[in-house]
Amino acid sequence: MRGSPKPVVIAMAVAAAVTIAACSSSGSSSSGNTGGGSSASSSSGAKVTLTWWHNGNTQPLEGVWQSVANAYHAAHPNVSFSIDPIQSDLFKTKMPIALKSNNPPDIYQQWGGGQEVDHFKTGKLFNLTPLVSSWVSELGSAAAGWQVNGQQYGLPYDQHVVGFWYRKDLFAKAGITSTPTTLADLESDDTKLKSHGIVPMALGGGSQWPDAFFWEYFAVRECSTSVLQQSIKAINMTAPCFSQATKDLSAFMATNPFQPAFNGTQAQQGAGSSAGLVANGKAAMELQGDWETAVVPSLTTDKNIISELGWFPFPSVPGGAGTPSTVLGGGDGFSCTTAAPEPACADFLQYVDSTPVQEKLVTQANIGLPANTQAESVLTNPALKAAVQAHDGGYVAEYFDIAFPQAPGLALDAALANFFAGKGSNSTIVNSVSSSSGH
Amino acid sequence: MARTNSAVAAGPETISGPAATSARPPAQRRRLRKRIELTVLLGPPLVLFVGFVIVPMIFAAWYSFYNWNGFGPLNDFVGVQNYQGVFSGPVFRESLLHNVIIAVLSVVIQLPISIALALLLNRRMRGRTVLRLVVFAPYVLSEATAAVMWLLLLQPGGFVDALLKGVGLGGLVHAWLASTSLVLYTLFAVITWKFIGFGIVLLLAGLQGIPPELREAAAIDGATPWEVTRRVVLPLLGPTIRIWIFLAVIGSLQLFDIVWIMTTGGPADSSQTMLTYLFFNGVQRTQFGYGATVSVVLFAVSFVFALAYQRFALRRDTAGAVTRAVG
Repeated sequence: MRGSPKPVVIAMAVAAAVTIAACSSSGSSSSGNTGGGSSASSSSGAKVTLTWWHNGNTQPLEGVWQSVANAYHAAHPNVSFSIDPIQSDLFKTKMPIALKSNNPPDIYQQWGGGQEVDHFKTGKLFNLTPLVSSWVSELGSAAAGWQVNGQQYGLPYDQHVVGFWYRKDLFAKAGITSTPTTLADLESDDTKLKSHGIVPMALGGGSQWPDAFFWEYFAVRECSTSVLQQSIKAINMTAPCFSQATKDLSAFMATNPFQPAFNGTQAQQGAGSSAGLVANGKAAMELQGDWETAVVPSLTTDKNIISELGWFPFPSVPGGAGTPSTVLGGGDGFSCTTAAPEPACADFLQYVDSTPVQEKLVTQANIGLPANTQAESVLTNPALKAAVQAHDGGYVAEYFDIAFPQAPGLALDAALANFFAGKGSNSTIVNSVSSSSGH
Repeated sequence: MARTNSAVAAGPETISGPAATSARPPAQRRRLRKRIELTVLLGPPLVLFVGFVIVPMIFAAWYSFYNWNGFGPLNDFVGVQNYQGVFSGPVFRESLLHNVIIAVLSVVIQLPISIALALLLNRRMRGRTVLRLVVFAPYVLSEATAAVMWLLLLQPGGFVDALLKGVGLGGLVHAWLASTSLVLYTLFAVITWKFIGFGIVLLLAGLQGIPPELREAAAIDGATPWEVTRRVVLPLLGPTIRIWIFLAVIGSLQLFDIVWIMTTGGPADSSQTMLTYLFFNGVQRTQFGYGATVSVVLFAVSFVFALAYQRFALRRDTAGAVTRAVG
C-alpha cells in the first residue's frame, strides 16, 4: 500500500499535522503558472468548477496543492476549484460510492495499476489519451502505470523507487568501502556489519508491507520483464521464477540480516520503528521507498542525518532472468471522471505535470521524485539523485500490491507478512493472488 | 326570575354536562398524551435505531450473498459461498478463538482485580480520591491514543524493556509484539490497563448501593471481614458483576482499535480478532460482500450470546424492568 505510507510520510515529515481547510481562492498565488493551460478553450470557455479530491490532507502538500489551484485559477479565471483533502485510506471506501453516484469528483487521487482497472470498469473514468497525447511522452515510461488497455485513464504527478538506504558512517565503521552490487556482496557486508556489533538491516515487519519489498525484488530479479508483465496481467504467479524468489528469500532470511523482533516493528512510527532504527544508528540499512528521506529526519535529533544516508539499488541475483537495472516503484497521480468539465480537467493535469509545478512539489512538498523528469534538476539530496538515476535508467516494476487489483494485491502482502513471521510456504505466497479471496 | 329559574333549572344540566364529560375525556386525554409522549420520546431513537442498526444489518445480510468489490452493481450472486469461505478459512476460526480467549481472560483475570481494587478504593483512606482518579485515567484516553502509546513503549529496546532491565528483571524482556505466542497476551495486558478503570467505577457504584447496616449487622453477629465480603458484599454486588461480565464479553467480541493500531492482527494472524479480520478482508481488500458476511457472523455470535446471557444470567436482575411490562 504505497497509498498508505505516503501520507504517513508527509505527516511524519511535518510534525505539526494540522489540517487547515483554507479554501480561499484569493490566497497566495504561485509564480509557476507558465506551464500547462495550453488549451485556449479552457481559458476562455464557460465558468466551471473542478471538484478535486487529493490525499494531501497534511502540510506541506495540502498548502502546495492549494497554491497550485490558486495559480491555475489566476491564469484561467473561468476555472475554479472545490478542493477536498482526504486521507489515503479513505479513498478505498469513498471511491466505490463516488463512482457509483452521478456526482463523482472531477479529479481524484489515483495510484494506477490494478486499482485503476477496478475504477475503469465502472465506466466513470475519462479517457485522457486524446487530450494529453501531445505531451504525455515527456513523462517517459512513468505514465504507463496509469494506462488501462493502452489508454491513459490517469496521470502520475510523482514517482517512487524502492532501494537500500544505508548509513555511510556505519558502513565505514564496518570497513565497507563500496556499496554491494551482487547478493553475495550484500550478504558479506551483512556479516561485516554484524561482526562490528551493528544490525545490518531494519525491517518494519509489524506494518505488513515493507517485508513484501524483499520478495518482490527477488521476483523482479528472477523473472524476466515479459513474465512479470504477463503474470501481473493474468493475476497468476505460478511461473517458476516466483517460486525461485521464495527460495532466494528463505536463503537470505536464514542469514539473519534483520533486527531482533522485526515482526513487531512498525515501519515509520517513532524512534523504535525501522526508519527510526536507521535514523538513530541502530541499524545500517533499510529497503524502503524514496519517502525514507522525508520520514527519517523527524525520527532523530541528528541534524545531519540526510547527509549520512546513501542509496544503492537492490543487488543482482545470480542466475536470475530479470534485468539487474529493473527497479521496484510506483507513484501518485490523478484521474478525471466522466463528470469532469473537459478540457479543463485534462488541462489542469497537464499544468500539474509542468516543470514549474513539479519543481515546486519537489522543493516545497517533499514528494520525492517528480513525474516530469525535467524537474529532477532541483533535487539536491545526493541519495535521492542516485535513486532517481536508477529509476530513470531501468524498467520500473510497479509494487505488486498496486499492480494487482486491490484484493489479490493485499492478499499477497498478507501472505508475505505471514511468511516473514514463519507461517505459510511458497505455495501460500504464489497462490495468494489467484485464490478468490485468499483467506 | 323566570330567566333566573330557567337558568337555575338549566344549571344542573350545564353543570352535569361538563362533569360527565370530565369523567371520560381525561382518560382519553391521558391516552392521547401517552401516545404523544411515546411518539415524541420513542420516535427519534426508533428512527435512528432502524436507520443505523436494522437497515444496515439487512443490507449486510443482503450483500453477504454477493461477490462484490464495491464498484458497479450487485450482480455476482454467489449464494452461501462467502459463508463457506468464512467458516472453512482457518484465519476466521483463529480470530474467533482469540476473541474468546480475550473474553475468558477478562472474566478470569480482570474481574477479580476489578473487585479487589473496588473493595480497596471503597474503604475510607488517605488519598482515596487520587487513587480512584489514577485508576480511572486510562479509561478516559481514547483507544487510539492508548494503542499508539503502548506500541511505542513496547518496541524492542523501548521503555518497557529498559524499565525491566533497570530493575534487574532483564530476563523478563520479550518480543512483546513480535512473538506469535505472546502477542495476544501483551494485547490483553494493554486492554486490561485501558478498561479496568471502567469496571472499578461500575463496581464502586454497586458497592455504594449496599447499605452499611448489613455489613455492620454481620460484623456484630461475629462475621470476619472476609466473611462479610464473601457472604454479604459479593452476593449483593451480583447484579453489577453480571452486567460487567456482559459488557466485558461483548467488548471482547468487538475488539478492534487497540489491536489494529498495535499489530494489524499480526504477526502471522496471531492477534487477529473477528473485527480486524473483517476490516482487512472487507474494507482494505474491498471485498465488501465477504466483509458483510463476516459482519453477519459477528452479529449472530454477539446476538446469541446477548440473548442467552439475558435469559440465563440477567433474568433475575432485569425481571420486571425489561422482560415484563410493569403493571
